[in-house]
Amino acid sequence: MTSEPLHSVQPSARRGTTRRGFIGYLIAGTTLAVAVDLNLDAPAHAAVPSPPQIPEAYDLNDLLTDAARPTAQLVTVEIREDGHAYFEIPRAEVGQGITTSTAMILAEELDLPVRHVHVSLAPARPELIWNQLTGGSNTTVSTMTPVRVAAAIAKGALLQAAAIELGSVVTLLRSKNGVIEAPDGSSRTYGELSVKAASSTTVEVEADVKLKASSEFKVIGTPTKRVDAMDIVTGRKKFAMDYDVPGALPTMICRAPTLNGTPKAIRNKAEVEAMPGVTDVAMIDTGIAVRARTFGQCIDGIRALEVDWNAGSVDGEDDASVLANLRKAEIPLAVPKIPLLAKTIDMDFEFMFRSSAALEPNCAVADVRSDRAEIWAGLKIPIVTQGRIAEAVGLPQTKVKVNVVESGGSFGHKLFGDGAIEAAKASKAFGKPVRLMWHRADEPRQGRLRPMATSRIRATHLAGQVLTFEQRHTSVSTDWRHGFGEMLTATAVSLPPGLGNLGVSETIFTLSTELPYDFGVVTQLLNETDQRFNTSAMRNPYSADVRTANELVVDAIAKAMGKDPLDLRLEFLKDDRTRKVLKKVAELGNWGRSMPAGTAQGIAIHKEYKGATACLVEIDCRPETVNRKIRDAVTGPRVTKATLVVDAGLVVNPTGLKAQMMGGFSDGLAMTLTSSCHLEDGHFLEASWDNYFYTREWNIPPEFEVVVMPSDSEQPGGAGEAGVAVSCAAIACAYARATGKMPKRFPINHDDPIGFDVKEFVPPVPASPTNGLDYVY
Amino acid sequence: MPEHTFVVNGEKITVDVADDVRLLWVLRDVLGIKGPKYGCGINVCKACTSHINGKAFNPCAVPVSQVSESDEITTIEGLADTVPGDLHPMQEAWLEKDVAQCGYCQPGQIMAAVALVNKVHAEGREITDTDLDTIRNVCRCGTYARIRKAVKAGAARM
Ligand code: FES
Ligand code: FES
Repeated sequence: MTSEPLHSVQPSARRGTTRRGFIGYLIAGTTLAVAVDLNLDAPAHAAVPSPPQIPEAYDLNDLLTDAARPTAQLVTVEIREDGHAYFEIPRAEVGQGITTSTAMILAEELDLPVRHVHVSLAPARPELIWNQLTGGSNTTVSTMTPVRVAAAIAKGALLQAAAIELGSVVTLLRSKNGVIEAPDGSSRTYGELSVKAASSTTVEVEADVKLKASSEFKVIGTPTKRVDAMDIVTGRKKFAMDYDVPGALPTMICRAPTLNGTPKAIRNKAEVEAMPGVTDVAMIDTGIAVRARTFGQCIDGIRALEVDWNAGSVDGEDDASVLANLRKAEIPLAVPKIPLLAKTIDMDFEFMFRSSAALEPNCAVADVRSDRAEIWAGLKIPIVTQGRIAEAVGLPQTKVKVNVVESGGSFGHKLFGDGAIEAAKASKAFGKPVRLMWHRADEPRQGRLRPMATSRIRATHLAGQVLTFEQRHTSVSTDWRHGFGEMLTATAVSLPPGLGNLGVSETIFTLSTELPYDFGVVTQLLNETDQRFNTSAMRNPYSADVRTANELVVDAIAKAMGKDPLDLRLEFLKDDRTRKVLKKVAELGNWGRSMPAGTAQGIAIHKEYKGATACLVEIDCRPETVNRKIRDAVTGPRVTKATLVVDAGLVVNPTGLKAQMMGGFSDGLAMTLTSSCHLEDGHFLEASWDNYFYTREWNIPPEFEVVVMPSDSEQPGGAGEAGVAVSCAAIACAYARATGKMPKRFPINHDDPIGFDVKEFVPPVPASPTNGLDYVY
Repeated sequence: MPEHTFVVNGEKITVDVADDVRLLWVLRDVLGIKGPKYGCGINVCKACTSHINGKAFNPCAVPVSQVSESDEITTIEGLADTVPGDLHPMQEAWLEKDVAQCGYCQPGQIMAAVALVNKVHAEGREITDTDLDTIRNVCRCGTYARIRKAVKAGAARM
């Protein structure tokens, strides 16, 4: 069977240049504005074939695309007098490059240079319901067609205005670079036409739209640099903490010494209020908020506070006790009915807690007044946060304006409005605006995590065939309460059969978990337990761990059958697209070359987000490498070379896609080798980037390449998460082959002696150093 | 409150702020210079990397009282003015390699890269992979591989 669900082929695209009728709206104004329904191209899904796995026909992306269908929601493209196009996208830019790719899509259809298209982020728009959710690498998948249609209608209106102005007919006119030209050489710019094409009333138009065929694309598919790159390299790009909101002074929170502990009483409020720079001190539900002239003075205030705390949510617990809990919740592996001679491979993996924190910590500006509130924050699901803030400060949702600002990373962290909700509470408590930011130490200690999980796999094989493959993934609960959960309930009717009775986590798991091999009877089940932790769907949830476990077992099967890992994968892969990326990566990465003892290659594939990826790495696990010394750093095994090949379907921006694959790889490297949070006595030990060892420059392979496969698909795939699982898996496989030992626990260094001095828990944030000038270079 | 005078991005300024306030907060919260970012406040993440008298340092770990009147502080906003042309070659290299993702770490990365290349060049050498391995700046978006390419490209023009 083919891997592409029927519905994913857009009728307009499938038939090339065929025209289609779309409903759009000309919006009243002095210059041209065209609105379309954001859901206009969400087609009904074909019936879902049952065998063998749901994601092949209907995956998480389909769910996200479907989720908004019942609501009518307009997005508007404007052409202003400067001849530029303006569009507010109801999604969040967190570094993944959607402002660039969306500008490209608009530029393509409008015949404008990309730099004349301005894409900004829409504030929370409650009427959009689930159609203002950035997640599951779904932005381009879900917005591409509406954006193109709006642009095409706008261009049509410009052409009509030009025809009148130039005394010609639309079919004879040509548009290029924001100028429309008649055969006699006379022309008008979009800027000039924007007024003529404007509508004095808002009217519905039924437009006969011809979207460009992919063969005509000049912008889509062309490597394009980020639209905000100049602002970034000159320091002009604004993040939440860079907004100048009058009176919004720095604010930080003094948090409990144990996870999720809550404040009982402040013993020295007046003393801290009298400290230099401090303006306010107040108790909120998550801790003690300190507002001051500078963040440095907030830190000093926090360190001086004496607070009585209530217990936390996991007091006295540690990794081992949480893991024991998980073990109890594991769904047993069935004993498959298999022929007597079949061999069984039983494997068991453990994945530790990992922090999803971005470099920009949780933060938000909040100005809460008695009758209204305004918030500025990086938020992927702003409507839910708006509702929670309204509830927290006792205002109607309509009185809470939530501005979505560009985020310094997300990785699942900004699905929730933790910082924004806290900022609103602090602002209300003080009766003053605040610029609230978490201290770095707060992030791994109290922030959201990828949950600890176990994955047990039993595979059976006989005579060169894999007969059964069972996986039982057991995880600390993933928090989906940022809106995914409610969205699922709202979308339940359109879900494929078989999903109806599952909980939220299990549904997401089922929609995103796919074993792309012909391995006989395959069952993959999730069970979640333990809701005491702050978790989130960290970049590539479930798959990163699930696929690591899968691919290690695939290598084990190959070994048991005496086959080469690449050959075995090629033999058993179900679909050609994945087989092609695998072949390509093997060729580019020179699979099978001879390697010195203690070093090895590892290879893996992954299929998700309507695409396929393959990764080949070389790892060096020799003692001289593993034990190399860098100050305050984890070194360990080094991946010396990495090659990734991705088929992401229709690619809007190859440069952006490669960037996302690179980022996904860096995440995979961290999660497999170096980064985890250790729970001990009810709190996490990590409090700094030199404790929580996310990938650093000294971990990066000096040789790194990403190749984007040409694709004739008209369906864009997701980019943001597609590189994570495949990298985790390839690195884990390489490590196992280089050391000759099957790793059981990830990251592989989790059980090494703690490689840092654990920072104090009271006060909860470290002192600001004074010796910076000793490190000048 | 005590007054502190020093040069920021070519301009002599005086601020009224307590002696022990770290320079990062003087720049960001008092002077409104927002290019240097906060990522840890304890001289680990390097997001705040700026220059003092042409060398890299981390203002989150320097009390303002340690900065003297003659000290010249350069933040990302002032980097381009230290060279002829519109941009510093390192900024150009960053654009050319399209390094940034969210961009939060990048002002610090660029300032660190410029100082590293200056140091290596002062030693009469070209930048190597071993030099690149010494860059401590965290990029949580994981742009490290492109940073390596950009530093080399920028170094070639410095
Ligand atoms: S904020 Fe200065 S080094 Fe992290
Ligand atoms: S680009 Fe986002 S942290 Fe570096």
